[in-house]
Amino acid sequence: MMELPRFHRLRGAYYRLEGSACPACERRFFPPRSVCPSCKAQGLRTFAFSGRGTLYSFSRVLQPPRGFAAMAPYDVGMVRLEEGPLISAQLADTEGVDLSIGMPVEMVTRKIRDAEEHGYIVYGYKFRPLLRPGRAGGP
Amino acid sequence: MKTAREVGIAGYGAYVPRARIAARAIAAAWGRSPDARLPLREKSVPAADEDTVTMAIEAARGALRRARLAPSSIRAVWVGTESKPYAVKPSSTVVAEALGATPWVSAADLEFACKAGSEAMQAACAYVGSGMADYALAIGMDAAQSKPGDHLEFTAAAGGAAYLFGPADNALAVVEASRSFVTDTPDFFRRQHMHYPEHGHRFTGEPSYFRHSLEASRGLLEELGRRPSDYRWAVFHQPNPKFVRRIASELGFGEEQIAPGAVVDRIGNTYSGASLLGLAAVLDIARAGDRIFFCSYGSGAGSDAFSLCATSRLEAAREAAPSVLDYLARRREIEDYGTYLRVTRKIRML
Repeated sequence: MMELPRFHRLRGAYYRLEGSACPACERRFFPPRSVCPSCKAQGLRTFAFSGRGTLYSFSRVLQPPRGFAAMAPYDVGMVRLEEGPLISAQLADTEGVDLSIGMPVEMVTRKIRDAEEHGYIVYGYKFRPLLRPGRAGGP
Repeated sequence: MKTAREVGIAGYGAYVPRARIAARAIAAAWGRSPDARLPLREKSVPAADEDTVTMAIEAARGALRRARLAPSSIRAVWVGTESKPYAVKPSSTVVAEALGATPWVSAADLEFACKAGSEAMQAACAYVGSGMADYALAIGMDAAQSKPGDHLEFTAAAGGAAYLFGPADNALAVVEASRSFVTDTPDFFRRQHMHYPEHGHRFTGEPSYFRHSLEASRGLLEELGRRPSDYRWAVFHQPNPKFVRRIASELGFGEEQIAPGAVVDRIGNTYSGASLLGLAAVLDIARAGDRIFFCSYGSGAGSDAFSLCATSRLEAAREAAPSVLDYLARRREIEDYGTYLRVTRKIRML
């Protein structure tokens, strides 16, 4: 399978929401970068995001691309992470939920792709409506 | 059995998926009378993007939060399950990697039908108890398999729990002793290339679940010189509501001792996750000093019994992760059997 090396290389980001943090200006990035686009500093360190954020925008996928048919229909969203970055991801456990901009969400690890019975299963981050709004949480 | 150094539960976490299907929807699809007596009202169903690995990761994250521990301090990750996503490729490595426990860690998947999770607990106790490690993670998790149309389809559910074992002095609950009882019994099996397990009809019940649960439980009570009345709570493997009640009453435990841990009443049999999930529900409500009796059962067959005692640290740690009741409360019903077949990938093209 051609994509194995890619998914393997990305597992820090996919499994643990690891991005990078600039040692000079303290900005955080996801996905990880090696040079800070803001202050041009190098040697960015790995930074694991808390996984908490708010829903910035969302949409429903009715006609999924190849490899995602088994999970359709599903929702995708843009999530503003607590630490700053805006990232796009699939949403999880949203069936019957009235999604709204600004609602609190949290990262969960789910199957991203599981297209064929004989193939590799890609696990990665998705976001779901916060399980216990107003209560303690976070990794 | 007792460990050389005292061991306890440093953290625990549970997981139950959100979807439910009503037993009557399954019964209707198979032409059963609407008045037929069904073992349960409904059972939990994994979403299309969930499997044993994803559920184990969430439960383990809960255990880590409650333990307030850096993932790099975990020395072993053992996943007990009979629904491994891969026939060959460990689930435990994905879980360990997602937690951030890799690479200096032991990891493996354990299989012993519904007893795999408690076997992982025994191993984790031994790892910590011998001094080989300070922290070891034991998970029991299943997206249970059942043949469409089989009576197990009414109960085969999804969920489980994770337990991080560590030294007793900072534990949420201390392990007082454990006992295992195992024989070769042909009550339930699945061959390599088959999708669904078979059950050895006359072996279900008496010579399997009841005998092994009774022997392991009585053995442990005898070893400790205790009676059921010495325990505030008791948790057993729970294939259906009836079996739990019968084993409890045969041993002398009352309904008030087993009710909070009988999660089967709400979501069905989560196989390797069942007794561990029941224990998590009890830890969600236990008070300092409460004694907890635990006995798993797995076909094939065997039982692991544990005697635990909650400490004063339990209450403060509880809030750090969702409770079993939090997971049970977020239910969403799948209305029809066809959708259930689709999301659980039971539809096969010819």
